[in-house]
Amino acid sequence: MTALLKVDDLRVEFLTDTGSPARAVRGVDFEVGEGRTLAILGESGSGKSVTSKAILGLVDFPGIVSGSIRFEGRELVGARESELRGVRGTGIGMVFQDSLDSLNPVYTVGAQLIEALRVRMGLGHSAARARALELMAEVGIVDPERRIDNYPHQFSGGMRQRICIALAVALKPRLLIADEPTTALDVTVQAGILRLLRRLQDETGMAMIFVTHDLAVAGQIASDVIVMYEGEVVERGVIEEVFERPSHAYTRGLLAAHPGAVTDWRDLRPVAGDPMLSREEAIADGF
Amino acid sequence: MWIFLRRRLLTSAISLVGVIIVVFFLARLTGSPANLYLPESATQEQIDEFNRLNGLDQPLLVQFWNFLVGAVRLDFGDSIWQRRPALDVALAAMPPTLTLAGIALGLSLVIAIIAGSIAAVYRFRFPDRAISVTTLTISSIPDFWFALVGILVFAVQLRLLPTSGYSTASAWILPTATVMLAPIGVLTQVVRGAMIDALGAGYVQNARARGFGTARLVARHALRNASLPIVSVAGDRAAGMVNGSIIVGSVFAFPGIGTVILGAVLNRDFAVIQASVFVVGVGVILVNIAVDAIYALIDPRVRVGAGKGK
Repeated sequence: MTALLKVDDLRVEFLTDTGSPARAVRGVDFEVGEGRTLAILGESGSGKSVTSKAILGLVDFPGIVSGSIRFEGRELVGARESELRGVRGTGIGMVFQDSLDSLNPVYTVGAQLIEALRVRMGLGHSAARARALELMAEVGIVDPERRIDNYPHQFSGGMRQRICIALAVALKPRLLIADEPTTALDVTVQAGILRLLRRLQDETGMAMIFVTHDLAVAGQIASDVIVMYEGEVVERGVIEEVFERPSHAYTRGLLAAHPGAVTDWRDLRPVAGDPMLSREEAIADGF
Repeated sequence: MWIFLRRRLLTSAISLVGVIIVVFFLARLTGSPANLYLPESATQEQIDEFNRLNGLDQPLLVQFWNFLVGAVRLDFGDSIWQRRPALDVALAAMPPTLTLAGIALGLSLVIAIIAGSIAAVYRFRFPDRAISVTTLTISSIPDFWFALVGILVFAVQLRLLPTSGYSTASAWILPTATVMLAPIGVLTQVVRGAMIDALGAGYVQNARARGFGTARLVARHALRNASLPIVSVAGDRAAGMVNGSIIVGSVFAFPGIGTVILGAVLNRDFAVIQASVFVVGVGVILVNIAVDAIYALIDPRVRVGAGKGK
């Protein structure tokens, strides 16, 4: 398995006014192979979203990234903005959680698709429009001819997320990072989006990083998993094995906190420890 | 949209009528024109004759009624000083005022959008601080001081620009610069703030994740979203500029509406005061309607009936 993306000792710190930097990611390493799907699992504040932003070089001052992120052998940490621009979109695509916030409210979805295709894929206007219609149909938008000139606020949440996915796959990325793409959606819509992502992956052979706090979602889509807690990777492996035999106390806690894991809700246990607490307190909690 | 526009027109018309009524009575507090236009030695008969000719001998409420009846037909009476229809006097002053306002606002906006965007991209770093300090310093310069020093330096000492007039292009430079002083600081700060918000929004981050360059992110993805507050403040400034600048009028002898109103007050020329306030009021209403129309053009969510809406 050749590593498409190799992350080594990734650290992200945010400078604060108080002097001591907030350390969001503390030495994370993982690999994503061609065509594989890695789930990054963790609760809010565990550093999983910051990790995915760091891969695309989207962490801005006062955030400071160190360590190594190699994509297709190219080092991205410390790379020039112009070099990162070449990787963003076409090399590594991204789908964010909030689809309403992800689309520009003042342009039609067609205009946004066409812009990406023209600027990043070098298509002419009519070719870009034709491709945009194709993409909309591909992600399951009914009647693209009519919908292409609609504005984002005229779509439902699930349809908007499909447009966001179309925008990302339009640039044919080798790696797609999906940051909680289904979290804002209800369960039936969620399932549709997951099926769509899996189908697109089958068709294009792209690799995927799927960031989520939802064990069930991770289990449905991912081949490998890393579990993050407090900015560190506490568990890693092939997803079935991790779910079968969690080695770390936090993963066991996380699995026990998942409603599907228990038959009686009284056995449902909240995860001990709080990512917002200091490191020392968390250690005292046993992690 | 049309329902909205109609309501807007109605409320605007009500405030315009209110302003005209207040101005009618306030103008008469400045004193009797007879004292100004007749020599001190005038006899009581001469004063009565003057008042009768100008309709000032009638009770105030009768004068008010006559004024309202005339105003409905856009007849504001004759200028007591210039002996021609007051509305003509007011309207003749509008082209220079509107031209000056248009040029000054346009230039301020261009400068503010460029400077404010640069400040937003480099926020909290040197370019941002330099731009904020510079534009706020410019806005803190008193316009009367700037106008006088400008004449002293460029007209008197360097002899580059004329001291007054408006027939040559160079005569417009100092008045325009004077009117631009205050808006530049405010507009730059508004652009900066709106731009920082827009650049931090998810859709700009998402566009950035698609590999677009900074110029495209700022000019295409952020600017149009940032322009709602910019248009609001610019519209507010435009409304202020339609009033004409008293300073520009008096220092540069610029023949705008500000000069006309000032002259009319000094000359107790009631008809011209009322006509000018009416013209300015209509101008402000038109600016406000234009701002609403621009809103709808910029943001599809404002367009009523554009779809499901929020």
